[in-house]
Amino acid sequence: MVAKQYNILLNRYRRFFITVLAVLLISFLVICVGLLNLLPSFGFLNSGSIIYHKINLNNFSGVPRVPVVESQLPAPRNDRCNYFDCFNVYKCGHKGSGKILVFVYPVKEYVDHKGNAVAPMSKEFFGILQAVVKSRYYTPNPEEACLFVPSIDTLNQNRFNVKKTSQALSMLPMWHNGENHLIWNMLPGSPPTFSNVVELNIGNAVIAGAGFDSWTYRAGFDVSLPVYSPYADQLKFDPYQEREWLLLSSQVNIHPDFESELAQIESDNSDLFMLLEPCEGRENASLRCHQQKIYNYPQILGSGKFCLVIRGARLAQPNLMDALAFGCVPIVAADTMILPFADVIDWNRAVLTLRESDLNNVMTLVKDVSEERTKQMSAHCQWLYNKYFSSIESITITTLDIINDRIFPQNARSYSPGNSPLKPYTPQSPLYLQLTAPKAPGFTAVVLTYDRVESLFLLVQKLVKVPSLNKVLVVWNNQHKSPPPSSSWPKVSKPIKVIQTKENKLSNRFYPYEEIETEAVLHIDDDIVMLTADELEFGYEVWREFPDRIVGFPSRTHVWDNSTQKWKYESEWTNHISMVLTGAAFHHKYWNYMYTTSMPGDIKEWVDNHMNCEDIAMNFLVSNITNKAPIKVAPRKKFKCPECVNNEMLSADLSHMMERSRCIDRFSAVYGLMPLRTVEFRADPVLYKDAFPQKLKINNNIGSL
Amino acid sequence: MQAKKRYLLVLSCAFLAYCYFGGYRLKNESNLTSPHRMLPSYVDVLSDHLYIRDIESSPQFRRIGSSTYKKVNNSYRNCRMETCFDYRKCHSDFKVYVYPLNDEMNGETPLTPSPAYQKVLDVILESRYYTSDPSQACLFVLAIDTLDRDSHSSDYVRNVQSRLHRLKLWNNGRNHVVFNLYSGTWPDYVEDDLGFDTGEAILAKASMSMSSFRPGFDISIPLFFKSHPERGGDAGFVTSNNFPVTKRYLLAFKGKRYLYGIGSETRNALYHLHNDRDVVLVTTCRHGKTWKERKDQRCDEDNAEFDRYDYDLLLQNSTFCLVPRGRRLGSFRFLEALQAGCVPVLLSNGLQMPFSEVIDWNKALIMADERLLLQVPEIVRSIPATKVFALRQQTQVLWDRYFSSVEKIVFTTLEIIRERLPLQRKRDGIIWNNSPGALLTFPEFSDFWPHYPFHIAPAAAADDNFTAVVYCQLGAPLTPSSTLFRLIKNVAKSQHVSKILVAWNSDKPLPPHSRWPPLPGHVSFHVLQESSEPLIAQRFFPHPLLKSAAILSLDEDALLNTDEIDFAFQVWKSFPERIVGYPARSHYWDDAKGSWGYTSKWTNDYSIVLTGAAFYHRYYNYLYTEWLSPLLLKTVQQSHNCEDILINFLVSHVTRRPPIKVTQRKQYKEQPPGNSLRSPWNDPDHFIQRQTCLNTFAAVFGYMPLLRSNMRLDPVLFKDPVSNLRKKYRQIELVGS
Repeated sequence: MVAKQYNILLNRYRRFFITVLAVLLISFLVICVGLLNLLPSFGFLNSGSIIYHKINLNNFSGVPRVPVVESQLPAPRNDRCNYFDCFNVYKCGHKGSGKILVFVYPVKEYVDHKGNAVAPMSKEFFGILQAVVKSRYYTPNPEEACLFVPSIDTLNQNRFNVKKTSQALSMLPMWHNGENHLIWNMLPGSPPTFSNVVELNIGNAVIAGAGFDSWTYRAGFDVSLPVYSPYADQLKFDPYQEREWLLLSSQVNIHPDFESELAQIESDNSDLFMLLEPCEGRENASLRCHQQKIYNYPQILGSGKFCLVIRGARLAQPNLMDALAFGCVPIVAADTMILPFADVIDWNRAVLTLRESDLNNVMTLVKDVSEERTKQMSAHCQWLYNKYFSSIESITITTLDIINDRIFPQNARSYSPGNSPLKPYTPQSPLYLQLTAPKAPGFTAVVLTYDRVESLFLLVQKLVKVPSLNKVLVVWNNQHKSPPPSSSWPKVSKPIKVIQTKENKLSNRFYPYEEIETEAVLHIDDDIVMLTADELEFGYEVWREFPDRIVGFPSRTHVWDNSTQKWKYESEWTNHISMVLTGAAFHHKYWNYMYTTSMPGDIKEWVDNHMNCEDIAMNFLVSNITNKAPIKVAPRKKFKCPECVNNEMLSADLSHMMERSRCIDRFSAVYGLMPLRTVEFRADPVLYKDAFPQKLKINNNIGSL
Repeated sequence: MQAKKRYLLVLSCAFLAYCYFGGYRLKNESNLTSPHRMLPSYVDVLSDHLYIRDIESSPQFRRIGSSTYKKVNNSYRNCRMETCFDYRKCHSDFKVYVYPLNDEMNGETPLTPSPAYQKVLDVILESRYYTSDPSQACLFVLAIDTLDRDSHSSDYVRNVQSRLHRLKLWNNGRNHVVFNLYSGTWPDYVEDDLGFDTGEAILAKASMSMSSFRPGFDISIPLFFKSHPERGGDAGFVTSNNFPVTKRYLLAFKGKRYLYGIGSETRNALYHLHNDRDVVLVTTCRHGKTWKERKDQRCDEDNAEFDRYDYDLLLQNSTFCLVPRGRRLGSFRFLEALQAGCVPVLLSNGLQMPFSEVIDWNKALIMADERLLLQVPEIVRSIPATKVFALRQQTQVLWDRYFSSVEKIVFTTLEIIRERLPLQRKRDGIIWNNSPGALLTFPEFSDFWPHYPFHIAPAAAADDNFTAVVYCQLGAPLTPSSTLFRLIKNVAKSQHVSKILVAWNSDKPLPPHSRWPPLPGHVSFHVLQESSEPLIAQRFFPHPLLKSAAILSLDEDALLNTDEIDFAFQVWKSFPERIVGYPARSHYWDDAKGSWGYTSKWTNDYSIVLTGAAFYHRYYNYLYTEWLSPLLLKTVQQSHNCEDILINFLVSHVTRRPPIKVTQRKQYKEQPPGNSLRSPWNDPDHFIQRQTCLNTFAAVFGYMPLLRSNMRLDPVLFKDPVSNLRKKYRQIELVGS
């Protein structure tokens, strides 16, 4: 009794202490989190003993006011600048960072003698600064910076005092005539001339600006920006909206000459072209009218296939962004304009350009575009918008990326990947050179073996009879036993190299060993002794014609089982093949490298843990990248079920098949699709089975069982 | 009870602490967003963008007049297509006029252009761009040799200015394109100094700098040797695509060093990087007449090192090749490295890269900065193996498609200009930078790239049907037992055929409608009978009735059963860019005659698949008719033969791959019964003619594009010892050979 009570007490106490401990732990954690929140920007230590503080963009109330000193106007924009003359590259690449480092000047409010702000900060410019500070390029240390961003808002030339802002810029401590400074601008020029470049006196500074023409844009030096749309937050595309109009014009700030031209086109094509105009008597920028009907801008863009973007007072127009966002393919009529991010964006895939004087031909232009192309371009427009233009932050980061690519061109992106959202443009196979591989180097046979020495020796003796064999590489996967001494190996004419592995892993078979000196690798199991020298030689010949594929002997296929809703592995005699087992197959050494370094998901680990399906994994990998099926060579052979670990019992065989079906299911889940491709052909010698004198044929000994 | 109270206490403490700190964080966050919210937008929709009328001057005026850019100091440094080019001349077709050589009437000695310029003129004269009527021309090319404008050179033509003045069509250079390799001379090598005023002409010039290049107007071309082949061109050196690219040397250069003057600094500093192991950069000062007088203390040492290395071996055994600027910005080393597949490392600050309007050079080379010369080895070492592998392959693609001959360089120049014209479809970067390249991709065919044979993923081949075209030359009577009748019946039995076209090219009368075999509903049947032109010219005509991507081309006496047709179609879908068919032939080099030979013997390999029974892509009809040199088509027309060889040339030229032969059938023609009908195939002259064709084609192409294959594709279970019932293509097995 006592003992029982004691037990209850003990239990209660135990429970109590555990709870207290838990509570204490939780509260401690909460306190820690809270404390960390308290210390968001205490600065961090940089080189030497100087502590640089991350710029504070959170509080504008205490911003120092700096009067702009009346001084001589600084040097005007140097229009002969290029990257090599005006950009000081020695400031970049400090400490092997391999990327540009960008410093942002602390925010100050520059005022004129009356106390009025010279260049008041806008929401968008604040966004740019914020994006720079958050980016991987930011540094708080001006000493190591390569690029300097003044925090003076120069986005819209109408909003700042040109002369005073120029003077304010020249007051910056590291200005040096604008060297390595980046000036942001989206609306250059002012009435009535509307220059195509911001008219600040900025010496050698780089301009990230919108609306450059090909005279003001200094290629390789400036960055061309989009005009950020004031409707950016309303650009939500409704994919179900029907594109009923072939062509839309919704711009309202164009020249009367253009307007009359457009009106003429509309009267000739009133069923295809809708010309939207401002609504009479309503001062509302987001309404458009057409024949007394009122439409909402920018949503109306979703109902057009093509949208006109015409030069207004300035070259660049924000409705380019609106049209992109709605997938309405822009037709840009602004002669000599540099399109945004022209360095990295291949605009021919997303917009049509038209000379201003050809505006009356616009219907011919759009009617010439096929339906498929229109859809493709439209999708590409939306993709471009989402990738590069959808926010101030992505515009800012892309700008910095472009500058970074100029300074570190060896790491620069090329245009295809950055511009390839669509399936018909799937990345090319990395082995894309159209070449029949040369015969002379031959192939390297890689044999993964554990302890079947007898069969291995037999195989080696068979292999060396193949004329194009270059070398035999034996991968000894047994850590408990060392490979047989060299004296016991068969005496052969070709080099044999044995590699002792550290771990018994299946992926050792596909390791890109340095000892493989040829392009072609023959992977062969140590018990595949039934292939003749002619067959192997012919297999190599076929591989030479398809060096990007797996070319081999035992083939398998996959089928969709409708009853279980799963993939099934099939080794029966079928009319199709989608896999060639690496128990006896040639492939390019590059695939070994890809298998080892770039296998998606956890497939490689899974294969190593389960000691199975490495051949299926390889077929998935190659087909996924090349989008091509493997090639089976020569008629079917009686392989001793090469993929069976032990083939004594039928049940073991069955479970083995189940396991491999599971592999296919698992791998296709990792890829998110079924990369295998099915074909109905195999490769034979040209004269195979022809009634023709044997002595005139090559590769005779093919097809015996 | 006490315990409970204690819990409560601790819990509430924790809660309070959390509220305190969490609340602080919230406060912090609101602080963070507030300035953002309060700030005004950079643009006022009403006043900055919208609802103001444009300023007064008309767009035309603002485009051309208001800019002070057009003319500066009476030179045309600021020309653009919009300001210095007359589009009105180009509204119909893009034609190029070449001035005749003997245009000058003033008794001045007729000029003979240098061999290099003669090549430029020749390729245009023999091309489809050429027109002899200047009123039809959009673009004009001078007969005056402007390639070498170095006044010290022997090819320098004097009095160009006055010669130009005498040309009636010169029009201050408007719509002209001026080809140039060298401008300026010692000691300044002034880039703009061509010794005459080019006016409003487009410059297609080598060694252009970014600062004098007029974007969208001029075209930067590569510097090429006078001996550069006119057409065809040598293949790239890369024959083995091994991975990783491991060469004996990492970085190599062998070339002149200038002791002083423009362009000398970079090359003079190269010895700092030379390590004699994997970085081999050797220079010599031994050039020019006066080198001994000017030589510096390094010269002897350099020369000795220079002599130790062989340039060709360096090119072949180095992964990267340095291409430093010469006196001018360009260098011959550039094309040499590109051809050798030695990834160029450019050291030429301010060089406008050749054809940079369309070619993405980041995929084929490394741009280095002369200012950071000493970092070059480190940069090159840092490039991952996979990227080197890709760069190297891309050098070969670009070399092969745009640079290997004068013809390709000139055509690329013309195509770039053509794309700028209004209402011309533009090819995007993907087309330009992938095989087979823009010179073989005609946007008039389709603006949707998956319609071309090269860009489809085989699995997603656009449509699952084909059009059969039966080419009838003999005109044998059509009876239910005749070959033609059986052939059409067999074709119609295929599930994939959508249309059968009979091209009737015989003097025999066309059989009446009732005599043709009855066809299933989904197959439409058409007969083409054009008497005006010999039909051999029409065989590969892109007829509007041909809509499907796949075309099955058949001769009237072809023997094929439905399984054979279906199987060949399945194979073709995996190789839409190649010719896939039955009758195979091969070519060989006849050493005794020193010419190409043609054989129809049964051999272990083949290089031609005859279009008597073959599938191919519709796009090749277009290329055949619209792209092939008129010379080739004339050969076919005159000999009334060889059109099937020519299309094999064309397809192999485009794909750089051999055709594909499927299954066993060798004898694909019915043996003519008796001698009542003489098939041209039994004619020995016919065979000799084909041999002649082969050699003519190789000469016009400039090389032999045909490639050999020694495999054929059979159904997976072909002649395997399994029950016939398991096999999908059973009839194929019945075919004897």
